[in-house]
Amino acid sequence: MTTRVVAEEPAGVWSSVRSRVHARRIRSAAILVPFFLLFGVLCLTSKPFSSRANLLDILDQQSATLIIAAAGTLVLIAGGIDLSVGAVYGFSAVVSAHFALHQSAGLAIFLGIGAGLLIGIANGLVITTLRINSLIATLGMAFIINGCSNLVTNGNLLVLFNKTAFGELARTEFLGVKTSIWLMVAVVIAFGLLLATTAAGRYMYAAGGNAEAARLAGVRVAGIRVLTFALSGAAAGLAGVIDTSRVLSAQASPDDTTLAFTVLAGIVVGGTSIAGGEGAVWRSVVGVLFIALIGNGYLLLGYDPLYEQITEGALLLLAVGLDAVSRRRG
Amino acid sequence: MSASAGPAYLELLDVAKHFGGVQALDRVSLTVHKGSVHALVGENGAGKSTLGRIVAGVLGADGGRVILDGTDVTFRSPREALEHGVAAISQEPSVVPRLTVAENVFLGVEPTEGGFIRKRPLRNAYAKLAADAGFDLPGGMPAGRLRTSEQQKVEILRALSRDARLIVMDEPTAALGSHEARQLYTIIRGLAASGKTIILISHFLREVLELADTVTVLRDGRLVKTSPTAAETDASLVEAMLGRPLTATFPPRSLPPAGAPVLMRARDLRAAGVEGVGFDLRAGEILGLAGLVGAGRTELARAIFGAAKVESGEVVLLESVRLGRSPRRSLSAGLAMIPESRKDDGLIFGRSTIENATISRLDALTTFGVVRRRRERRAATAVLERCGVRGAGYSAPVAQLSGGNQQKVLLARTLLCEPRVVIADEPTRGVDVGAKRAIYDFLTSLAADGLGVILISSELEEVIGLSHRVLVMRRGRITSELEGEAITEAAILGASFAEGTG
Repeated sequence: MTTRVVAEEPAGVWSSVRSRVHARRIRSAAILVPFFLLFGVLCLTSKPFSSRANLLDILDQQSATLIIAAAGTLVLIAGGIDLSVGAVYGFSAVVSAHFALHQSAGLAIFLGIGAGLLIGIANGLVITTLRINSLIATLGMAFIINGCSNLVTNGNLLVLFNKTAFGELARTEFLGVKTSIWLMVAVVIAFGLLLATTAAGRYMYAAGGNAEAARLAGVRVAGIRVLTFALSGAAAGLAGVIDTSRVLSAQASPDDTTLAFTVLAGIVVGGTSIAGGEGAVWRSVVGVLFIALIGNGYLLLGYDPLYEQITEGALLLLAVGLDAVSRRRG
Repeated sequence: MSASAGPAYLELLDVAKHFGGVQALDRVSLTVHKGSVHALVGENGAGKSTLGRIVAGVLGADGGRVILDGTDVTFRSPREALEHGVAAISQEPSVVPRLTVAENVFLGVEPTEGGFIRKRPLRNAYAKLAADAGFDLPGGMPAGRLRTSEQQKVEILRALSRDARLIVMDEPTAALGSHEARQLYTIIRGLAASGKTIILISHFLREVLELADTVTVLRDGRLVKTSPTAAETDASLVEAMLGRPLTATFPPRSLPPAGAPVLMRARDLRAAGVEGVGFDLRAGEILGLAGLVGAGRTELARAIFGAAKVESGEVVLLESVRLGRSPRRSLSAGLAMIPESRKDDGLIFGRSTIENATISRLDALTTFGVVRRRRERRAATAVLERCGVRGAGYSAPVAQLSGGNQQKVLLARTLLCEPRVVIADEPTRGVDVGAKRAIYDFLTSLAADGLGVILISSELEEVIGLSHRVLVMRRGRITSELEGEAITEAAILGASFAEGTG
């Protein structure tokens, strides 16, 4: 009965929709093209670039950024933004260093990550219960946490060169690859799976895509948002601990805040939408590595690092611009 | 009413437009006479909006000629169209809420002096314009405080201030209550009488029959016919739109068994816009909620569902479960709601049809939090097919479906929740004739299965055609309860407008 009265759709609609879906897929893979292009060019122009040591070095250096970006992707998709990750990274670094000086390495690691987690939960609760814009809330939090880092260190550099146990976290080699990289790979895969395969991941897309519709469909939107900020905080904490373990020293620095922007640039260049509701963890990995390759390339080819920043800024604008245009078309 | 025999003002010759592989308009030719109201009707996707957009300069045609007042024109933007006296009024008016009505009307063409807006000439110009049009809209009021219908008046004034002679209106009454729609009809008639030409795109056939001088029916991008409205009827238009006759508009009602148990009971419920409402809903019953827009129907629905805060009173499902706490709790208790706006409150447009269908029942489709894709697809496909959702495959973003199919996705979501009571708020808004009937069938079948259904609709015939019992609301209160034969248009309208009752 029902089918009889339903109107016939013009046959043409089907093919158009199919071609639109097709165009969407092509666009969705778009970041891979410049990435592999750049990779190829660097392989050809710089002999040392493609060496195993250099490539592993890049991954080692980027492990902290990649971990934060993977979690930041979830925050962005759920409709928020976390600008406190740089400060949390710095705070967890000095907290873990502080405790590593006098306590066991395990406790230092636990407290470093735990501090990040707590700050993340605080971020989420402040944003959802007071209904404050997450950009402002986490910016405020960044200042507070940055100040706290200075309280912990009294402005000193905390040196851990004789704390080899703490250094093992990131510096142990396993199958010829450092544990910092293994940890990063594990965390990135975990966040990727959480987003792509679980109900919680679905709810993140829903909360960022249309919060009111998600709420009316029975999704705990506030809870999901808190979860993303908590994960982001914990990830920033882990990243700080890993980097402290990598270099065996930590210091409170206002520069930490800029890490939040580096991470954000990587996520957005990868193609996750700043407007929420769209994106993927693998994109942020490619985006962060793309920016890292530019830096590495400038270094190896001996260009003035001055231009590196300009290139990255232009790239970010290009990525956001493309996203905006494709949104309007969509 | 002005004669459609006036001189041709707009002529379209073999106008064609395609999007990708779809022929949205296939060599459409028609003539619109000066001072007439010319309606375009057709199902969603028939091409009527595309045609309107081409005339208003929003879209460019791929082929054919557009002849305005004897000269060939090609508009590259709405602004260019406006310069030629062609304006478009959209379904959802765009006003700047913080600016006053007068400032909105003259937005972009304000009288200025050295970059500063000169207030007095602005006020005077507005007063003259409003008086000429016969609108009593306070020019100093912030536009954000206006109702949708009044915001549309702002858009109409905006068009008139630019000396528009041809006005394209795309579904102008879709967001209006029946009373507000009536006001707009008067305005449209007045515009035509003063020599303006109106192109009216509408889903509401009654509106077209009442208002238009000429009607053009489109189907699948082709022109089916253009004829004087006087020669057409509801049935003849539907037949032309569908290409076949439509049987009964409403499915037969099965009466709920006498003594059917009460499923839901509300007592002295108060919330923002709801001033103490009580009623019972029985199993197998379709309870219509009628009233003007702003009477508190949607507010009542949202309070019961837990989407808006309940201030006092209570609403209870199955004698024991308290409702009105949160959408999530309502859903798990057995109450589902199809919200008023599928775009704002219903669907997550960027996600697939399947995901949109299953979102409320994901917990039943996961193991340790991981979604079982295959099980999900099976469950979703079953309900989507049952609800007659058709389109680009269920994995494509739901935004790509037509309005009617999108609405059916919400029906499918409701089915998956296995509710005891369903609240449907304006379930057929912006939906084509065929899909409407499918939605009617759906609601009727829910009632036949022993569910309780609350139907909110601004289309009276829908409330009358489907409901077993009707509650009429006015100013947050129930002013009248009608049953059986007593459910008539006159009774509902009477109670909707009644002063001093309740």
